[in-house]
Amino acid sequence: MTAPGERRAVAVVLIALAAAPLVLGTYGSATLARLLAFALLAASADLLVGTTGLPTLGHSAYFGAGAYAAGWVARHVAPSAPVMLAAAAGVSAVVAVIAGSVAVRARGVFFLMLTLAIGEVVEQLAQSWHSVTGGSDGLYGIPATRLGGLALSDAGAFCWYALAVFVAGMAVLRGVARSPLGAALRGIRDNEPRMRALGYPTYRYKLAAFVIAGSVAGVAGAVFAGQQRLVTPADLGFTASAPVLLAVIIGGEATAWGPCLGGAIVVALRDVLGPSLGGHGALVLGAVFVGVVFAMPGGLARIAGRIAGRSDRAATGGPR
Amino acid sequence: MPAWLDAHFIDLLNGLAMGALLFILAVGLSLIFGMMDVLNLAHGVLFLAGAYALWWIGGASPSWPAFLAALAVAGAAGAVAGSGLALVVERLARRSHLDQALLTLGLALIAADALSIGFGDDVHAIDPPPGLAASVAVLGKPYPIYRLALIGLGGALAAALHLVVERTSLGALIRATVSDREMVAAIGVDDRKVKLGVFAAGAALAAIAGVLGAPVYSPGPRLDGTALLLALVVVVIGGLGSVRGALVGALVIGEIESLGRAVLSDLASFVLFGALAVVLIVRPRGLFAAPTGARS
Repeated sequence: MTAPGERRAVAVVLIALAAAPLVLGTYGSATLARLLAFALLAASADLLVGTTGLPTLGHSAYFGAGAYAAGWVARHVAPSAPVMLAAAAGVSAVVAVIAGSVAVRARGVFFLMLTLAIGEVVEQLAQSWHSVTGGSDGLYGIPATRLGGLALSDAGAFCWYALAVFVAGMAVLRGVARSPLGAALRGIRDNEPRMRALGYPTYRYKLAAFVIAGSVAGVAGAVFAGQQRLVTPADLGFTASAPVLLAVIIGGEATAWGPCLGGAIVVALRDVLGPSLGGHGALVLGAVFVGVVFAMPGGLARIAGRIAGRSDRAATGGPR
Repeated sequence: MPAWLDAHFIDLLNGLAMGALLFILAVGLSLIFGMMDVLNLAHGVLFLAGAYALWWIGGASPSWPAFLAALAVAGAAGAVAGSGLALVVERLARRSHLDQALLTLGLALIAADALSIGFGDDVHAIDPPPGLAASVAVLGKPYPIYRLALIGLGGALAAALHLVVERTSLGALIRATVSDREMVAAIGVDDRKVKLGVFAAGAALAAIAGVLGAPVYSPGPRLDGTALLLALVVVVIGGLGSVRGALVGALVIGEIESLGRAVLSDLASFVLFGALAVVLIVRPRGLFAAPTGARS
């Protein structure tokens, strides 16, 4: 289903990203690594928001669970990349199974409320489970991620690792979106009673989407923990989850690369432009978000698609 | 008095006080949702703005005139903000309910950041107004008068709202709009005015709850998220669009947060989630959901 134009554009962007650490310097590479982790988080949230039609306002909980898990195994077992990624994917999947089995019973705005509440509960858990998470001080002293005997302490090298994880995560998400599971999820989004009448166990499909999205978010969290070397409860709650939903909506839900674009915009406004605005990038971000909701329903990626003269919606099926 | 009750009497009272405050906060959210299907994610910011209003007018130890002035200012500003929100949301009336909720989320983020620019990132501890700061003996145990006043005020407000909604023609109009908007519009009532009124009143109550809650929950960044979360859980447990549901939900959550945490301190983080999960599995629409039309 991939248009040749899209494939070419993706190749160009990936080559540019791979070359970027060579010219960016330490700060730029570190920001790029954080951006890639956040973009993967936003893309995983879109599996719920766009593909399945379940607007989540608590997706950072799984990102944070993965970050804590990766940080914990790095400190107490081994700081090796495969171990950290596996621990992150596993722990966040377990959290997502528990949370999802309650959350996916609801839909629409109710789902939004529930995921928000669950996210806050996970944040409180991180806050109070002092022996494992370090409480409100956070989990600090995470050693540099090691890959095949090589410590990725250099920002550029770490950025390449982040890019590799990002590509792998996106491949999983795109694979799911194109699979029969993805088609069933879009069917559930558009008409759940009908899918149920056709014999689809919609609860199980939605739970599967929730767990896959949570697990990929956890992997993104492992990259975040390796980059930041510090995880705090604030990375899990509402304040962390709202920008994820913002990124999906700004970029365009149920578009292939829109959430990544939205994620890049969020990180650029919050982390790069924010300090020069006295730490109030959130104000600009909120304004951009309100502007998109008001004036550009469907997000920036659809605008770009419309300008290019083709509709992504036809390919991936927009929700509206 | 049995030993268990004796040990947890204060927690029980704290739960009641918290429940009273939560009721004032959440009843507006519940009615707005029941009536317009709009989830107002700016509700927590309204609470925080009310709390900051007390700090702004009265400082760390407000006098009675300052406290009353803060209540009036918060009520008026809340009503204006609520009307504004209603008008903005109305412009998206043809779009999905999710888009409307997202719009309030964006506005809430802007407002929360503006508040942190105006009041800084410090947590401001505020005393209750003079005379209410002391403690009295309740069944032989000292207890802050201010929290007793909160219980009384919350109870009185619940009774008043119940009377208005259940016994007056205005209340009948509100209940009718909750259950069937189109029919209310079809019989010649301008339902936009009803919605505007309820949105303004609900937002004003949220801001007033902020003033009342400021001596208990010191205003600071991230209090808006906490207030929003608690209000949402109250509404999910109690059911949408009903005053009684909001009251029961608020008391349940107040006791869970206070008594539940004291009794099951090891499981404190899970108690709230557990209660939410149980209610959702047993009664997916909440304990006292008002009869409403089909909604997504």
